[in-house]
Amino acid sequence: MTKKIKNLKEFSLSNDRYEGGNLMCPGCSHNIIVREVLNATNDPVIVATATGCLEVCTAVYPRTSWDVSWIHIGFENAAVAIATASAAYEVLKRKGRLPEATQKMVDEGREPKFVAFAGDGGTFDIGFQSLSGAFERGHNFMYVCLDNEVYANTGGQRSSSTPIGAATTTSPAGKVSYGEKMMKKSMIEIMADHGAPYVAQVSPSKWKDLVKKVQKGFEVKGPVYINAQSACTTEWKHAPEDTIEVSDLGVDSCVWPLYEIINERDEHGIIYSTKLNITYRPKNKIPVEEYLAAQPRFRHLFKPENRHIIDLWQKAVDARWEYLQKREEAGV
Amino acid sequence: MAREVISSGNELAALAAIDAGCKFFGGYPITPSSEVAHELSVLLPRVGGKFIQMEDEIGGICVALGASMSGVKSMTNTSGPGMSLKAEQIGLGFIAEVPLVITNVMRGGPSTGLPTRVQQGDINQSKSPTHGDYKSITFCAGNLSECYTEVVRAFNVAEELMTPVIVLLDETIGHMVGKAVLPDLEEVKANLVERAKPDPNVPKNEFLPYDVPEDKPAVIPPFFQGYHFHITGLHHGPTGFPTEDAVLCQNLIERLHRKINSRRKDLLDSYEEYLLDDAEYLVLCYGSVSLAAREAIDRLRAEGKKIGMFRPITLWPSPEEKIAELAQRFPADKILMPELNMGQYIDEVERIMKQRPVSLNKANGRPISPAEIIAKLKEMGI
Repeated sequence: MTKKIKNLKEFSLSNDRYEGGNLMCPGCSHNIIVREVLNATNDPVIVATATGCLEVCTAVYPRTSWDVSWIHIGFENAAVAIATASAAYEVLKRKGRLPEATQKMVDEGREPKFVAFAGDGGTFDIGFQSLSGAFERGHNFMYVCLDNEVYANTGGQRSSSTPIGAATTTSPAGKVSYGEKMMKKSMIEIMADHGAPYVAQVSPSKWKDLVKKVQKGFEVKGPVYINAQSACTTEWKHAPEDTIEVSDLGVDSCVWPLYEIINERDEHGIIYSTKLNITYRPKNKIPVEEYLAAQPRFRHLFKPENRHIIDLWQKAVDARWEYLQKREEAGV
Repeated sequence: MAREVISSGNELAALAAIDAGCKFFGGYPITPSSEVAHELSVLLPRVGGKFIQMEDEIGGICVALGASMSGVKSMTNTSGPGMSLKAEQIGLGFIAEVPLVITNVMRGGPSTGLPTRVQQGDINQSKSPTHGDYKSITFCAGNLSECYTEVVRAFNVAEELMTPVIVLLDETIGHMVGKAVLPDLEEVKANLVERAKPDPNVPKNEFLPYDVPEDKPAVIPPFFQGYHFHITGLHHGPTGFPTEDAVLCQNLIERLHRKINSRRKDLLDSYEEYLLDDAEYLVLCYGSVSLAAREAIDRLRAEGKKIGMFRPITLWPSPEEKIAELAQRFPADKILMPELNMGQYIDEVERIMKQRPVSLNKANGRPISPAEIIAKLKEMGI
């Protein structure tokens, strides 16, 4: 049952499924995103988290931030954990063996929602195999990648989500290197190409857009992938109070375009229509430079010898924005 | 001239790799070992080497094995869960005879365990990390200096015996910062071992990498030099091509074990004896626990107690002869084995001594303190 949300004040005052006051860094986007995702529904929620900041910081005995059922197993298997929970539920439902209380909720139209949270390391890299498998099998769940473009929990190493030019502990910038050498993996398209019915990118700063997409994701049948921009005050090295501002710069420069891909499928999983919608168009598209300048992890790019990387960034972001617009226009 | 540095164990392991001539590192972030990778990501490009962080632990060891096949000294680094993931490929390195150094900075286990705390939980794992008849070479650093010297030795032994070598550090030693005395750099460089090269008198198209005497390692030339051979994880004959021939298969596994067993005395055995001459009580330990044991022994000696320490540095294959000798001198009830696990190496010691020493076990992520060792020894009647 879709929760009705009138305005931000009402949304922020609705019952929390996830409590603050945990061990996350001040200004961490993870907390904001998880709250926004879980509070987007009043239905029961089952959560799996991969090893990462979120798991380590929110469930230190004897405390927990989770007012929902919660499971952690490993670094590489959040997707398979939640997919299995979802499959178990489907079987119990089919056989009519759900516990009475759960059956009552289902009868009232409050079907449980299955959500996995993982960082980009546990999604783009080591968790990709189990994620891909779960999407291929088509389980009914939502996978939210808290994408902070770095292994924040283990000391700030690069991941395959780390964008070009970023300095991390394993792609250090200095005399012989400008930092990370690779472009970021385009995970959203990769997941859409699995034939998932719904895939989207969100930012915690655009809360309405985020909540709307999550609610859409909860409504569809099948695996849903949400890529959430998660500014990291510790590894992007901006001030904690600037988290939302940095997120906004990312969205307004189109480094983090907000869009969704909808695959319409028949009962055999054959896709007969794919649509890409851009859900937010910046009124003034700001230069990428402003986004980079707000984060000390890119500080070295402003040295004369590295300026070409900033030009490269702008070129890549413009090309991608162009590509998304073309796809939207063509309805594919 | 010996060098004095202030550093952490993890950083010393990285420095050792560079000094040993390592030119390639492939790995994946994992606490508490990541500093080895951080340091190498800075140091390797400076010496013309290559650092690469892969998509997971399996990729980390695979790329390092590949680099080693192409002829460069190569390394990967991890902690317990990463070792579990790398396990299959350690077997490939063993059977295909690809030298590789693997550092494992041990943390609490099993599974995700206690990522930021210490344990010596991977002693049994390092003996048999992979399926099949594996013969392990494992060194265990017991102080900061050994984080350097044992990694250098691991590179030398790996190249000499053409096999993976594991170096165990643990969270305590890996993250400990202090003064370390390192051997003279020229001396280290002068004693470096390079893998054997093919006999230049054999024509390249007739060369057989695995056609070696029954206790010798294979001679595997780097790729791209005109030799025709095959590397596989399957049982193989002299050409390297897979075989199911009963004699060849038996010979292969026997040779892989023999090439290591035959070098135990002159190359592999390594241990430290501390105040053993007049000792009546013995502490037998390894790794970071020996730091606490040494302190405990010093305090007891100050009280006039006759006690000493034996510390194997090469854990696998174990220094059997020496341990058997100790069994002649000390009755089991006067030997204490403190271990940061539920008693892993004590089984090996019991196998050799034919008697089981007294154990002191801890597996909660906290180090064993000198006071705990002293209390246990007092209980034993010292």
